[in-house]
Amino acid sequence: MGTLLDVVDLQTHFVTRGGVVRAVDGVSWDVAESETVALVGESGCGKSVSALSIMRLVAPPAGRIVGGRILFKGRDLLALDEEAMRRVRGREIAMIFQEPMTSLNPVLTIGRQMTEGLETHLGMAQTAARARAAELLAMVGIPDPVRRLPQYPHQFSGGMRQRMMIAMALACEPSLVLADEPTTALDVTIQAQILELMKSLSRRLGVAMLMITHNLGVVARYADRVNVMYAGKIIERGTAREIYANPRHPYTRGLLRSVPRLDEPRRARLDPIEGQPPDLSRLPGGCAFVPRCAFRVERCAVETPPLRAVGGAGHVSACWEAERLSAAPEAVGGRR
Amino acid sequence: MKGEVLLEVRNLVKHFEIGGGLFGGRRGLVRAVDGVSFSIGRGEALGLVGESGCGKTTTGRCILQLELPTSGEILFEGRDLTKLGPDEMRAVRRRLQVIFQDPYSSLNPRMTVGDMIAEPLGVHGLVRGAGARRDRVRDLLRKVGLLPQHAARYPHQLSGGQRQRVGIARALAMEPALIVCDEPVSALDVSIQAQIINLLEDLQADLGLTYLFIAHDLAVVRHISDRVAVMYLGKIVELADRKTLYDDPLHPYTRALLSAVPIPDPELEARREHLVLRGEVPSPLDPPAGCVFHPRCPIAEDRCRRVVPELREVKPGHWAACLLA
Repeated sequence: MGTLLDVVDLQTHFVTRGGVVRAVDGVSWDVAESETVALVGESGCGKSVSALSIMRLVAPPAGRIVGGRILFKGRDLLALDEEAMRRVRGREIAMIFQEPMTSLNPVLTIGRQMTEGLETHLGMAQTAARARAAELLAMVGIPDPVRRLPQYPHQFSGGMRQRMMIAMALACEPSLVLADEPTTALDVTIQAQILELMKSLSRRLGVAMLMITHNLGVVARYADRVNVMYAGKIIERGTAREIYANPRHPYTRGLLRSVPRLDEPRRARLDPIEGQPPDLSRLPGGCAFVPRCAFRVERCAVETPPLRAVGGAGHVSACWEAERLSAAPEAVGGRR
Repeated sequence: MKGEVLLEVRNLVKHFEIGGGLFGGRRGLVRAVDGVSFSIGRGEALGLVGESGCGKTTTGRCILQLELPTSGEILFEGRDLTKLGPDEMRAVRRRLQVIFQDPYSSLNPRMTVGDMIAEPLGVHGLVRGAGARRDRVRDLLRKVGLLPQHAARYPHQLSGGQRQRVGIARALAMEPALIVCDEPVSALDVSIQAQIINLLEDLQADLGLTYLFIAHDLAVVRHISDRVAVMYLGKIVELADRKTLYDDPLHPYTRALLSAVPIPDPELEARREHLVLRGEVPSPLDPPAGCVFHPRCPIAEDRCRRVVPELREVKPGHWAACLLA
């Protein structure tokens, strides 16, 4: 399958009073057609800013994309003028946010918000757009869609609003959907509904998806490939199966070991990652994970480890000691 | 349940009236907590799980007397908190502490960590004299894994995990018997959650604390709780010891909850069937007749629409509110 999105050495910085924050610090990753790729990491690691950078929605003047290329179907989005970029947003790349209530307009009806994109992007007439909007709501499992169109977002439950966001995202049949924590604000039974819906729709419509999340369970169930981010950099990438069975970065390994799991006997004690997440305006030299790393050697504090191949199927890790991890006792894959 | 009973909640009801008032609107009664009973033994951790709006937080707030229950009894160390006067309640409140979800909004941004921990020590007359209070603050900081120099910091200078440690230190300062932990780790990053959970467990073992652990994360609740109660729409639908509840759930809602949690293992997830519930939680303004779960229940029968199932002891120590259990 061809490459749909190719992000090359992306750098997005924010100027703050505390200094320049390199929120995205030279990151490269790609998404193939119809593929679901996850961007995993904790708050402040740069995963959301990565998505906003692709949509060119990083707010100036504080935030700026200072380097790199974002090749979408071969075109560099960073080279497009604003008019051309507007045609990409919504039409070719759509976005689903965590909290639908904050991304919907509270004083416009559901119908109006849905038809707006259809009319501007696809040039549909009003009646045709309304019929299509009702079809889309039905597709995402909203009962009685025609009656729902004149209603306002506050009349929808959280799960229904997220269904509507998905319907809006898919309205113009984009080839890529960026989903930023799409189910984090939802309850677990509704999360299951929404994720199953997204999975079946993306398969049926052949849409590629970038799923941004901190939830390792969600990634395991829905992603083909995984990028793990830490302090503005990708520190490990591979197929979901590789990453979970054979993590080759101490941070990934630590994350997987720190969560209690329902499928395993209860452990007497959890294995946390010690220490605190780094302050991005005051990063140490070398690898940013050094202060929390159980595998660190002298070199780590001096030389920043590059991403390098550590296994088959494109498995890469930015750790000097990656090889030592597989031999370490109680590696995640060896626990069962 | 192990040991003597520290807290017993009997038939707790909390209804909120809405509508009317300045902006009018349809009047109604939100049945946030609708007849909840359980008890917690001294030194035990009871998990209270459920989705948003199920009444788990309101139950906690009623126990803390932050909400006045509509009816029911809350017996803490043998005394009914709902019948205590303000002075008596003040003395009891010290022994009944809370840890909130978001440590940032529950800490005073203009006070140093040290002052915030020292303040209640003075107010309750627990430690007299500035020097003694300073020592106690230092001791509490060490207990929660912070350093003495953290006493001079302000909340914004701390990370989320450190702020939650301060919240825990403040609760511990009162030498409580029971701590209501309301989603204490859900606002924290994954790598920090395990640190705080381990800390809560260590403190429980060292100080003999009793926890009511309110959370929506089923894996976290399993890890920390001795027994677990599952709430749905203001009612407890299942209650059992940890192992029984997770290995052998009786209520279809508990089964669906457990099935909905994705496991961090792609191989396993590829094989696993998820039991996806249809529909959403109905409004507590107008709960369904009969069993409140019947509109979403995959095994509901005709009688479930009419008969309200009582929470009954199906097997020794294993309670479920399901006609079919």
